[in-house]
Amino acid sequence: MNERGMTSQIKFFWKYFKRNRLAVGGLTIILIIFIVAGTAPFLAPYDPGKTDVSLKLKPPSLKHYLGTDQLGRDVFSRMLYGARISLSVGFVAVGISIFIGILVGAIAGYYGRWVDSLLMRLVDIMFCFPTFFLILTVVALLGPSIFNIMVIIGLTSWMGTARFVRAEFLSLKERDFVQAARALGLNDRRIIFRHILPNALAPVFVTATLDVATAILVEAGLSFLGFGVQPPAPSWGNILTEGRTYIFDAWWLTVFPGLAILLTVLSFNLVGEGLRDSLDPRLRGRR
Amino acid sequence: MAESLLEVRGLKKYFPIQKGWWKERLYIRAVDGVDLSISRGEVLGLVGESGCGKTTVGRLILKLIEPTEGEIIFEGKDLSKLDKKEIHSLRRSFQIIFQDPFASLNPRMTVAEIVGRPMEIHGLVDRYQRDERVAQLLESVGLQREHLYRYPHEFSGGQRQRIGIARALATKPKLIVADEPTSALDVSVQAQILNLMKELKEVFGLTYLFISHNIGVIRHLSDRVGVMYLGKVVEMGKKKGLFQSPLHPYTKALLAAVPTLDPKKKREEVILEGDVQSPINPPRGCRFHPRCRYALPRCPKEEPLFHFVEEDRSVACHLYG
Repeated sequence: MNERGMTSQIKFFWKYFKRNRLAVGGLTIILIIFIVAGTAPFLAPYDPGKTDVSLKLKPPSLKHYLGTDQLGRDVFSRMLYGARISLSVGFVAVGISIFIGILVGAIAGYYGRWVDSLLMRLVDIMFCFPTFFLILTVVALLGPSIFNIMVIIGLTSWMGTARFVRAEFLSLKERDFVQAARALGLNDRRIIFRHILPNALAPVFVTATLDVATAILVEAGLSFLGFGVQPPAPSWGNILTEGRTYIFDAWWLTVFPGLAILLTVLSFNLVGEGLRDSLDPRLRGRR
Repeated sequence: MAESLLEVRGLKKYFPIQKGWWKERLYIRAVDGVDLSISRGEVLGLVGESGCGKTTVGRLILKLIEPTEGEIIFEGKDLSKLDKKEIHSLRRSFQIIFQDPFASLNPRMTVAEIVGRPMEIHGLVDRYQRDERVAQLLESVGLQREHLYRYPHEFSGGQRQRIGIARALATKPKLIVADEPTSALDVSVQAQILNLMKELKEVFGLTYLFISHNIGVIRHLSDRVGVMYLGKVVEMGKKKGLFQSPLHPYTKALLAAVPTLDPKKKREEVILEGDVQSPINPPRGCRFHPRCRYALPRCPKEEPLFHFVEEDRSVACHLYG
């Protein structure tokens, strides 16, 4: 895409986005978490797996910012590494779900008729499953690895995106510029991906941001139940689980991972809403 | 008469609709048996009120929608008998200019892409010549070279329509279907676009099917005119003859509704009663008879045939047959 046009579009979008203070705050927090996750090996004062039973269950201090757990591992270091896992689960799962959602939605919306009916009934069926229990079952069968969890969350969360994309395609495919593309003899693949999809992406970005938050929550929930990321690998969810046993003696084991999850999910939700407001011209200027 | 570039015979398009819970199949008879032919280098104007099916005729000819029935013969080839590949290679020969210049350009593409892509698809240029060719084309439609890398939202309505015209010209087509190309524009800009189209017709040797509800616009540009009512062509003839002595009662009413500049000029007042009938359930016999002041007893019973009354002048009305 041409550089000048692109930057002007981004500028235009940013003008509206920055008015929403909460969304900007959320974005800042997400960026910080990203940087922290990326530089965890340099920031972490200790090896997250190193145990020292003589230091077990120490409260937060200058030596151990967030205290230590029942095996004497530094909670701060484990949280930093946990951020990596939580974020990658969130993003990879959403990546998978968006990919499937766009594909299914685009095909259903563009071709219509029986293709549309078939795919939308599939979406209805997928919606009917109690997703969380489906995930639990699949994890129980295939074994809980980060890879499995990311794939399964991705495979069970694409339906919303598919519906969105289908709706956009239904209205966009009747627009004159798409008719023009057909009159010019472009093939379906080109029309779908080059002409319609770029115009249908805005709501997808919004749901994607919100979905990242959901995926992080699902992962934390799975880990909490012991079906998620397996110890000793640290994730916010399983730090929380392990701390549950000591909740009355060592509050720091549950409060900090809980706060981290809360803050991340909240930030993603705020950014998602900010995106929605600033991408949709009808919602602009309400703030 | 010159060699005909496009011939349309018995063209029909019914759009299915469903009403109620019991799936009774109803059809909107958008186009119900249209015959027309366009000679090379001529401008055929198609005029009629909203909903009479003129736009559908345009889209059918471009193969944007499949006809329910009928033949479309372009340069002697029946389009319905061609396979996909042959249609694809023929597509460069007929192009469309749309009504709404705000909807017809992809907002996420630069002018160079919008106009240049069709050239690439049909193998007319390679990547390196593309922008140069697009720039030449932009200049010939009255835009500048520096507009090449801008996006549609940076242009005014008239400029956008020029981009739409440049896109239609990109594949060096023979026939251009212009679907109300000026009705979304300011009056001052309308004239510019019409004159541009007139000029381009000479330069590129084009043939137009010009669709409009605006009689003034049709009169300015057309060589021959077809008048449509409820999915059918009711009268067709050379512009001059048709405008000076309209035959069909609907044509008369349509022309009488055009305001004139001379207030003293006496005109026959023809005011139509009633609304256009529903294309779902069109009147029996002549479709115009419920509103026609000259209706004969046979009009509701028999459908009038479309026949020649003089050379190059045909009408579908019982008054003349």
